[in-house]
Amino acid sequence: MTKSWLKRVSATDVVMWVVSLIIAGIVIYGSISSLQSGKYDGNTWKDLIVYGLTQGSIYALIALGYTLVYGILRMINFAHSEIYMSGPFASYFLASALLTSGFMDKQPWLSLILVALFAMFSSMVIAVSVERIAYRPLRKAPRLAPLITAIGASFFIQYVFKGLFGAGVKNYPELDVLKGQVNIFGLEMYRIHVIVLISAVGLMALLYTLVMKTKLGKAMRAVSEDKDSAALMGINVDQIISTTFAIGGVLAGAAGFLYAIMFRQVSWYMGFIPGLKAFTAAVLGGIGNIPGAMLGGLFLGLIESIGPTLFLAGLGIPAPNQLKDVIAFTLLVFILIFRPTGILGERLATKKA
Amino acid sequence: MQQEKSYLRQALEQGLVGGAIIVLIALLGIVEAFKERSIVGTVLSMGQTFIIGTQFLISYRTARKAGSDQKMAITGGAVTGAVSGLVLAFLVLLSMLFDLRPVFLNASPALFSILAFGQSQIVGMVLLVVFGAGIGALAGVIDTLAVRIRSTILQIVAIVVLTGLLAELIKLVLGQWPSIGRAMNWMFAGKGLSIIGAVVVALVVLVYNVYQAYAPVDPKKKPFFDAENWRGSKGYVRIAISVAVLLILPQILGVYMSEVLDQVGLYILMGLGLNIVVGYAGLLDLGYVAFFAIGAYVVGVMTSPEIAPKFFGMTFTWWEAVIPAVLVATSFGVILGIPVLRMRGDYLAIVTLGFGEIIRIVALSDLLKPVIGGSQGIQGIAKPAIGGFVFQDQQSLYYIILAGVFLAAFVAIRLRDSRLGRSWMAMREDEDVAEAMGIHLVTTKLLAFATGAAFSGLSGAIFAAKIGSIYPHSFNLMVSINVLALIIVGGLGSIPGVVVGSFALVGLPELLREFADYRLLVYGALLVWMMLNRREGLWPEEAHQRELYIDKDTPADAEA
Repeated sequence: MTKSWLKRVSATDVVMWVVSLIIAGIVIYGSISSLQSGKYDGNTWKDLIVYGLTQGSIYALIALGYTLVYGILRMINFAHSEIYMSGPFASYFLASALLTSGFMDKQPWLSLILVALFAMFSSMVIAVSVERIAYRPLRKAPRLAPLITAIGASFFIQYVFKGLFGAGVKNYPELDVLKGQVNIFGLEMYRIHVIVLISAVGLMALLYTLVMKTKLGKAMRAVSEDKDSAALMGINVDQIISTTFAIGGVLAGAAGFLYAIMFRQVSWYMGFIPGLKAFTAAVLGGIGNIPGAMLGGLFLGLIESIGPTLFLAGLGIPAPNQLKDVIAFTLLVFILIFRPTGILGERLATKKA
Repeated sequence: MQQEKSYLRQALEQGLVGGAIIVLIALLGIVEAFKERSIVGTVLSMGQTFIIGTQFLISYRTARKAGSDQKMAITGGAVTGAVSGLVLAFLVLLSMLFDLRPVFLNASPALFSILAFGQSQIVGMVLLVVFGAGIGALAGVIDTLAVRIRSTILQIVAIVVLTGLLAELIKLVLGQWPSIGRAMNWMFAGKGLSIIGAVVVALVVLVYNVYQAYAPVDPKKKPFFDAENWRGSKGYVRIAISVAVLLILPQILGVYMSEVLDQVGLYILMGLGLNIVVGYAGLLDLGYVAFFAIGAYVVGVMTSPEIAPKFFGMTFTWWEAVIPAVLVATSFGVILGIPVLRMRGDYLAIVTLGFGEIIRIVALSDLLKPVIGGSQGIQGIAKPAIGGFVFQDQQSLYYIILAGVFLAAFVAIRLRDSRLGRSWMAMREDEDVAEAMGIHLVTTKLLAFATGAAFSGLSGAIFAAKIGSIYPHSFNLMVSINVLALIIVGGLGSIPGVVVGSFALVGLPELLREFADYRLLVYGALLVWMMLNRREGLWPEEAHQRELYIDKDTPADAEA
């Protein structure tokens, strides 16, 4: 038995193990020296964790869009990051109109809900039109074709937004109801973090119910299992695919809105990096797997938030926060190498992809 | 009757689509930005050309659908044109009712004044519809003409517009010889052609077409680029002439055009490399810029007087640095290739994209600042020199790039027809079958990554010498996307396609600098359009063309 085990080990595997051992060593050494230095007290860690979870819940919402589409079409919707960007960008105009008319001061919650709905709606429209124009005609084409249209669509949307609305960063209005801190279970937290976390978790619960308990969800699952059989069972496959894109768009729009009220700014290039991160999150949790995307998003947000301080600061690396994105991407590469199934997923990266 | 109704409906829909496109063009600021840029004297500005051109094309498309019925073609064209004009008129109406500026940056009064032909808005709106109908009807009429006349007219229009667009450049090139420049002055007005110039260009095209129509047809004559033409003793003459033309090109075209040629050349080099990875081996690599950056940085670190002495105690010449640059890029190709060996398709794309970003972020961070200068980059990179001659300016660097391109093209062609090249293509078609046929996937894939990286590294090394100082910002994702776009537009897996693609996507935008803002927007649209309508590219490779149109099941379906 040992012999056959040894036989299966290739030179590549050995290289990978060595690399992963080195990285693990760096991470452990960095963490220990960071913790020992005593530069950071419990409060710093708590803030980092809450911030990480908040950011992670936004990633999770975007990641759900990737996962839903991947589950059904087995393709990565490269333009999803632009779908995420377009919602809050479009609703920025509504928000500033509400602000100038004074309605936002009188009815802050109502106007926030209106702005959120508009963001979700805009993202949904973009998502459905991208599917209709760029993906549907290529359903039977080789895999490379829709991937390339996706990249093209992504650039097109970015630069249309830049051209139509200007290249500068736009500032979302500041609301008093979102400011300040609240005390939950004895923990002091920023109110905005709590709002973002609660809304994100609520939306995820809603989505889970939709997919698992309703007839539409059942149809979606059926199409994702087998398109042809689903069609034979009387399911309108094209319509279900459109609906899936629409749901992904709504979630992305919501994520964008939450990002916008948290950081109070939108721009035409705001989608790229979060999109990539959210994709990482989706892969982390196991792409095509809905709870996986949620878990992956939260985990990624957490790692990204505490990672630079925990792993890198202890190594004496200058300005570790600059390398925040490197942590996320390295994580992505390593998951794809060692556990392409993600935390909860089935083995997809090598087999179906 | 039913037929006609549905045709009119089609015409209507086409008109709405066309109108939407024009509104987008207008609101993106393209119309206004180019209102001063004349194409033909004071008659035609570029902004107008965009509107009229779109209306014309979309009406022409409608007219084509009418088939042989002439009346219907004209009606259809007119309807489409009128509807697109109506959509524009609606935009003008909106601008009268609301202030669009807070939302749409470019919805300025100047734009609407152009749209309304400088008249009051109400008159302008009527004019828009009438004018649109006129253009549409014209498109319909042209569609009904005999093929030869039609193609002549379309050629004349296209070539006049193109010369008008490039008029400034033509003037620049001619201006190198003051006497010729002065002699040709009558052709130009402002930044475009003069009216006389336009007429002359039109006449030349007309005469050429008439000549073609009545010239005796030689049945044995092959297209210019047909391989037959380039063999034998006659072929050698042709090759000699082409090489001679390539060699004196920068001297004829002047400094600015040489700069453009240099850029195109560097992209051809990268394109040839990525073509091996994506086109031959079918591995979609989006982090290709990483190897370009590595090549550039190795040359920078080894030759810069600020950094090299710290590590090597001396500075190297460019020639000494270029080999290590290519070697380091190649080994990075292997190193980054190993982790992604087992990945396919989309995953590969994302991970390589991640790699590209990691390399850029690390180069930008303070982590490696002492070595590669962080965001301040590396200055004072050596220029190549032979004996006492320094390849200082763009015109002489052109020769280095040309040599690099020839070398890369030679390697690429030889590899394509080699055993390795066939293995790559077998792997591209189906990895599992290829493996069953005895192809060692690990080696084959790694060789593809390594070769691609080597070409890119060479390109980076030349790039570093060309601009003399490098910054992490030069190596962003856009470079990878540009290269990918150009090989796709040229035709995946096709070597002449890379050249055509580079000229179309890198050369043309450099010449039309005014479009710089809209470049990536056009790329995006072009990528989508190419995949939907002309997947094989402008200059396709035959085998690949077959593959792209085989209607095979996606793996997902096959598995289920």
